[in-house]
Amino acid sequence: MDWESIFSNTLESAIGRDAMVFALAAIGLNLHFGYTGLLNFGQAGFMAVGAYGVGITVVEFDAPLWVGVIVGIVGAVGLALLLGLPTLRLRADYLAITTIAAGEILRFIFRAAEFRDFTGGSNGINGFARDFTNANPFNGDFELWLISFSATQMWYLTVGWALVLLSVLLIWLLTRSPWGRVLKAIREDEDAVRALGKNVYAYKMQSLIVGGVIGSLAGMMLAISARSVQPDNYGTPTTFFAYACLILGGAATIWGPVVGSMIFWSIMAFTENLLRQLVENDHIPDSIMSGVQVGQVRFMLMGLGLALLMIFRPQGVFGDRREIALTTR
Amino acid sequence: MTETTPSPNTGFTRIRVDAFEDVPEQPGARKPDPILVVESLTRRFGGLMAVDVDHLEFQRGAITGLIGPNGAGKTTLFNLLTGFDKPNTGTWSFNGRPMRGLSAHKVAQAGMVRTFQLTKALSRLTVMDNMKLGATGQTGERFFPSLVRSRWRGQEKAIEERAEALLERFNLHHMRDEFAGALSGGQRKLLEMARALMVEPELVMLDEPMAGVNPALAQTIIGHVRDLAADGLSVVFVEHDMDVVRTVSDWVVVMAEGRVIAEGRHASIVTNPEVIDAYLGRHHGTPLDPAEQERQLAEAQAEIEAELEAEERAREQEGA
Amino acid sequence: MSRLLRGAVAGIGLLVVVGTLLWASPAGAQEPGADDPAEQEPGQSQQVSGTLRYKDDSGEDVFVEGLEVTVESADGSFSETVTSDEDGRWAVEVPGPGRYTASIDPDQLPEDVSLRDEDRSALTVTLAEGESRAVLFALQSGEGGRGGSHFFDRAARLSVEGLKFGLIIAICAIGLSLIFGTTGLVNFAHGEMVTWGALVAFFFNVTLGWPMVLSAAIAVVVGAITGLGIDRGLWRPLERRGTGLIAMLVITIGVGILIRYVFLYQFGGFTRTYADYQLQTEGLELGPVTIVPRDLATILISLGVLVAVALALQLTRIGKAMRAVADNRDLAESSGIDVERVVGYVWAAGAGLAALGGVLLGLAEQVDWLMGFRLLLLMFAGVILGGIGTAYGALIGSIVIGLLVQLSTLWVAPELKNVVALLVLIIILIVRPQGILGQAERVG
Repeated sequence: MDWESIFSNTLESAIGRDAMVFALAAIGLNLHFGYTGLLNFGQAGFMAVGAYGVGITVVEFDAPLWVGVIVGIVGAVGLALLLGLPTLRLRADYLAITTIAAGEILRFIFRAAEFRDFTGGSNGINGFARDFTNANPFNGDFELWLISFSATQMWYLTVGWALVLLSVLLIWLLTRSPWGRVLKAIREDEDAVRALGKNVYAYKMQSLIVGGVIGSLAGMMLAISARSVQPDNYGTPTTFFAYACLILGGAATIWGPVVGSMIFWSIMAFTENLLRQLVENDHIPDSIMSGVQVGQVRFMLMGLGLALLMIFRPQGVFGDRREIALTTR
Repeated sequence: MTETTPSPNTGFTRIRVDAFEDVPEQPGARKPDPILVVESLTRRFGGLMAVDVDHLEFQRGAITGLIGPNGAGKTTLFNLLTGFDKPNTGTWSFNGRPMRGLSAHKVAQAGMVRTFQLTKALSRLTVMDNMKLGATGQTGERFFPSLVRSRWRGQEKAIEERAEALLERFNLHHMRDEFAGALSGGQRKLLEMARALMVEPELVMLDEPMAGVNPALAQTIIGHVRDLAADGLSVVFVEHDMDVVRTVSDWVVVMAEGRVIAEGRHASIVTNPEVIDAYLGRHHGTPLDPAEQERQLAEAQAEIEAELEAEERAREQEGA
Repeated sequence: MSRLLRGAVAGIGLLVVVGTLLWASPAGAQEPGADDPAEQEPGQSQQVSGTLRYKDDSGEDVFVEGLEVTVESADGSFSETVTSDEDGRWAVEVPGPGRYTASIDPDQLPEDVSLRDEDRSALTVTLAEGESRAVLFALQSGEGGRGGSHFFDRAARLSVEGLKFGLIIAICAIGLSLIFGTTGLVNFAHGEMVTWGALVAFFFNVTLGWPMVLSAAIAVVVGAITGLGIDRGLWRPLERRGTGLIAMLVITIGVGILIRYVFLYQFGGFTRTYADYQLQTEGLELGPVTIVPRDLATILISLGVLVAVALALQLTRIGKAMRAVADNRDLAESSGIDVERVVGYVWAAGAGLAALGGVLLGLAEQVDWLMGFRLLLLMFAGVILGGIGTAYGALIGSIVIGLLVQLSTLWVAPELKNVVALLVLIIILIVRPQGILGQAERVG
């Protein structure tokens, strides 16, 4: 058993690409679900719009990367408007079904051969990250104790975590203000807020847009760091993962989604590495678990963990139980 | 009947009494200075005509009681007038301004604020935050300005002072930093009224403000309702209890099966045969046949249980 | 709390049963989707490749051998033509990154094969440095692409397909709707009940070699018991604990993920077929449509079951109680109905029907670990279209969705057919959230 490699992988995952991407996605969801009570299950759709915005703009239209980023953000705003205008009047559980359907529609369209000339169909898009790679100020590998990253990794992690910090700052500024007070009130009882003369609909829309744009940044960072856009990376399970991160850390808290994502991905890495080593060193016989099945066990644990958290500690690590919207209205 | 409003310099009580002096006690009666006028308003649920009001006026500066048996359409009328529900036909105007089609928040912004039968104190916000939420026109509630604290700090302070004064008046000041969920049922009713006043309305619409509170607190609430009118506000409130209606209202509107069946001062209402038939008869009239008695008993029982349950659920949620 | 722990133990026990049941299945675990060799081919050089195949009427893959494929670079400097091998595979080495067009001549295709879309005989891909790409020509058995002259024949055929698919969705979705109606729970793990039924039947039919009908019956019973067990072991204790509906919704997501990956773990990522009723080409001729006995049986069984369900809801005590609880839970409770017991029956019946739906779906298509999850959104679409919480609504809505999905392929590419159904779902939620049969809720 190589414990050092297990711990090194776990530590790297805590601050690695997935933790960064899902921290961003979960920060967006936190504004939706944690603060406003909007059960958005289409976050993967916002991520896809960000990623494809970058990919299509750069590859198909030969535009520079920054134009792609702007297109991605504008796309996310557009999706929020398109999705929000008709659906934000619906009840929480109906909203969940609508948004999950919208996310799937987007994925079907992105991977359809019909639009292959733009989206690359099920193969996705490659070759749009050159501007990003060229701007890399790092050279040589980075090593610190058990952690080592390549220069490329260091670059996208630096940019990604900087975006995380900026998003956290934004959420903090928003939620401490009277604007945030209205959101929290809507989460509790939107009729009461309406009766006090607030345009509940507009607030929900603003929340959906801001959280969706942060989600699109997550999608862009996933695409840029992987140097490719794959449609199936933006399916419903991605949204579920983001929820798992958010709930683990604590919805309706500033740092909950960030810490939740770090814990989530280090647990995933730890169990995967541990099981893989156990399998490889024949502590677990092949008849019970093969190498491929290790990945599946992780997902079982994740599903079980999500259910147990919601039953026994819905407020997550940091949260205040009283602050979570757990009932339909 | 078309007599002009008396000068506001005289005592309020006198004005109110004067205001109704020439008003005929009949459904749809014209008032000298109506703040809210309803015209042929209907709302249908499936086959049931929940509201069917030909013409109804509410006098400015007066306390109007809206009574009627269960299912008479009082709350539905409230919902329609305040933009929480959409009518099938009809119009209504507030201060002469047509209100049909306005969404609930626009109605509130226009100066017509309501409370709810089941109190909607936002229990996971503090009492103070509940109050601040009521203030309109806040810079800090707009998206971009909210990011810069200096742009809304001053206004926030002013709002807080206004809220403090109202909390003082409603005897809730000692609870200002508690979660609203920690308040008793009666305190929540008070908070909801105080919060409604933060909107600075002209017309306050209270949906059963005295329901489910103990008699002592009910008296307090009645006092507050009177104070509102004394401050020049117009008040419409829904109530079951005839006694409460008698002590506090200047004018009474009776609804049954969606229609306005009578209007007038309390004294005339209680002797109105139609009202006795439709409403009082069922509760205070001559002996009922046993089946009907049984049915009403069961109904009352269910109502009480539902209320208890709702309260318990609310308590559990806070406790959790 | 102790109830909940007991529930958790029961749940884990259930999973162990799942495990042992599926243990004997030929689950050589393999990553799903790894069955396309062209995409997996590693190599230093770059190539454009593909596999020419289509599904015949019974859903079997057929490979096209000896068809010429031409690959040209965008600037015309490179062009090569190859012929597909016996597995339908073809591959062209290309000189470097760039844009390439692969084309086939539709006239060269075998008699009974055609392009699904006649306009897509040439496909363009863009290759990055060192990258290889697979391109897929969408082939189908039979004549004529979209908008072809046999429009009405296809419409008739697709209507029958749609009816069958819709009936299957309906059987799966009744439970979803009734559970929502009686408890308010939006069950995101309902798809797993469908898969569960299909897998249990697979175990008995394929692994043990028992007859299909018997296996299906066992699957329904096991499904119903599972549903009851989940209600007793999980939802009832949670409800007593006062867990909110949104929390429960998230819990169903977690449980759904858990169960899905247990299925994958045990069953593997393959799609497989039942042992019986697979190869059927002779069937009932109805004008342009040929219905094979399997499909006819599916339609008749579904109709029969749905009529039985409707009668049970209408005539039996427990059926009436279910409708009463779905209509107004508090009122039902106060009039002496044991709501918890009724909900238990709803879970058992709903899960049993879902299991049956899973078996029928497995017969109509194939069995795999994700089949129920893929169906979930279509079930939601059907249920919401018809009016969530109403049993009859779920029935009608599902049939409409089934028809829509199939008939939409007359105009859109088959891979987009679900998009149409999901769009309908969203539009219905916006325009008439109470569904076709539902009644408007009273506000306040």
